[in-house]
Amino acid sequence: MSTLHFSHSQHAHCESGVTANLLRHQGINISEPMAFGIGAGIFFAHIPFLKVSGTPGTTFRTWPGAIFKRVTERLHIDIHTQKFSTPEKAMQALDDVLAAGKPTGMLSSVYYLPYLPEAFRFHFNAHNLVVYGKEGNEYLVSDPVVETTTRIAPEDLAKARFAKGTPEPKGFMYYIKSAPPEVQYAKAIQAGIKQTCFFMLSPPLPWFGNKAIGLLAKKITKYPQKLTPRKASLYLGNVIRMQEEIGTGGAGFRFLYAAFLQEAGQLLQRDDLQQYAKELTTIGDDWRNFAYSAARLMKDRKNDLVSFDELGDMLRAIGDKEKQFFHKLQIIKW
Amino acid sequence: MKVNEVPQDPKDFREGDKITKVMYAVGDDGKYTSVNSAGWEPDNFATKQAWDAVDEELAATEQLVRSGQLSPIAYYMQKCLMDVALLAKYAGKWQWQVKRHMKPSGFAKLSDNMLQKYAEIFEIPVSALTQFGK
Repeated sequence: MSTLHFSHSQHAHCESGVTANLLRHQGINISEPMAFGIGAGIFFAHIPFLKVSGTPGTTFRTWPGAIFKRVTERLHIDIHTQKFSTPEKAMQALDDVLAAGKPTGMLSSVYYLPYLPEAFRFHFNAHNLVVYGKEGNEYLVSDPVVETTTRIAPEDLAKARFAKGTPEPKGFMYYIKSAPPEVQYAKAIQAGIKQTCFFMLSPPLPWFGNKAIGLLAKKITKYPQKLTPRKASLYLGNVIRMQEEIGTGGAGFRFLYAAFLQEAGQLLQRDDLQQYAKELTTIGDDWRNFAYSAARLMKDRKNDLVSFDELGDMLRAIGDKEKQFFHKLQIIKW
Repeated sequence: MKVNEVPQDPKDFREGDKITKVMYAVGDDGKYTSVNSAGWEPDNFATKQAWDAVDEELAATEQLVRSGQLSPIAYYMQKCLMDVALLAKYAGKWQWQVKRHMKPSGFAKLSDNMLQKYAEIFEIPVSALTQFGK
């Protein structure tokens, strides 16, 4: 049936990776960090009362779907997005779009993607991948977190696209209708950076943005009093996984965002952005140290090589540094 | 993080070493580049710990099912990494109904249709529910 040529590149993060791959297919030579930065992908949130598999929700990124939407908006690329009421309609629509020669991005649940190693397959419903063709009964898949392209059976893909839970993908799919021959990066970069600073610094609620790093620090300090050692260890482990497991590029997207600032600095010939890239790299190294120390504490539940107090202090220091960092980034002259 | 500091600790459980991940690191020229990493020990440890917790809780539930305190629904729900809220959504039932099905008394009253539905959700044959442990 319809098989088209799709040049697959492996990326750190699913959504910025899919965005970069789809845009490149359209002839726009964009890197993953550039897509991530323009899409204002970096964020922080810690919501203790929102339990994900029994542990408090922590994220280092913005909400799913935002990156693709913002990047295409800011680069004036015409897109189509759609949700569906039934798997049958969703799969039919996908077949139609593929027949028209459009590689299509979609949301899926990693639990129902058999080509991923079991270690990563839990009920996470906001994973992005591209389907770029169909051979026989199987769909051809470009999943940005995997090295090469792969295949999936239609039953599995339908399940992944109609997984239940929070959020529900409802077969959500998106593709590029048309793109201008040349894209203008300057304004898009500026808009992306401004939005990132706004989301990091402005939310008045303690659970979102920079304030939430301080909140997590405070909570961690109290873990020994409030939780069993097992629970405390699982809670800490979840933060490390969100920060370092597949999909962040290291240090909870901080390195990915630093790479964006560096590339933006080169493109726009601005030394200040390059300098900020270096500064964020240092902060990223601090996040890695935090994860390293947290893992040591988890491994040896009795031996206080690093106590929960010290971990909290480390996080608080990171939060202060990031606060200053985004304040400086917010007021640069364009 | 420098390119030569990118960790290469294999995630050697549950096929975790089947893929490597992309990380961003700084090269000698000061420029960011992407590097493939097999994994990092602290992150491997955290992930392994989460899976071990799943195994421990599943083993405990299995005992409770065998001793007649819970129904096989409770066991397969955990085996499929679900909680009551998620299973209720898949089953198209209220949470209190699913909780009732998780008790042996509620399980015994399940219709064939509902058993079939649960089996499909858990991707197992119906006999795995009705013949649990036999």
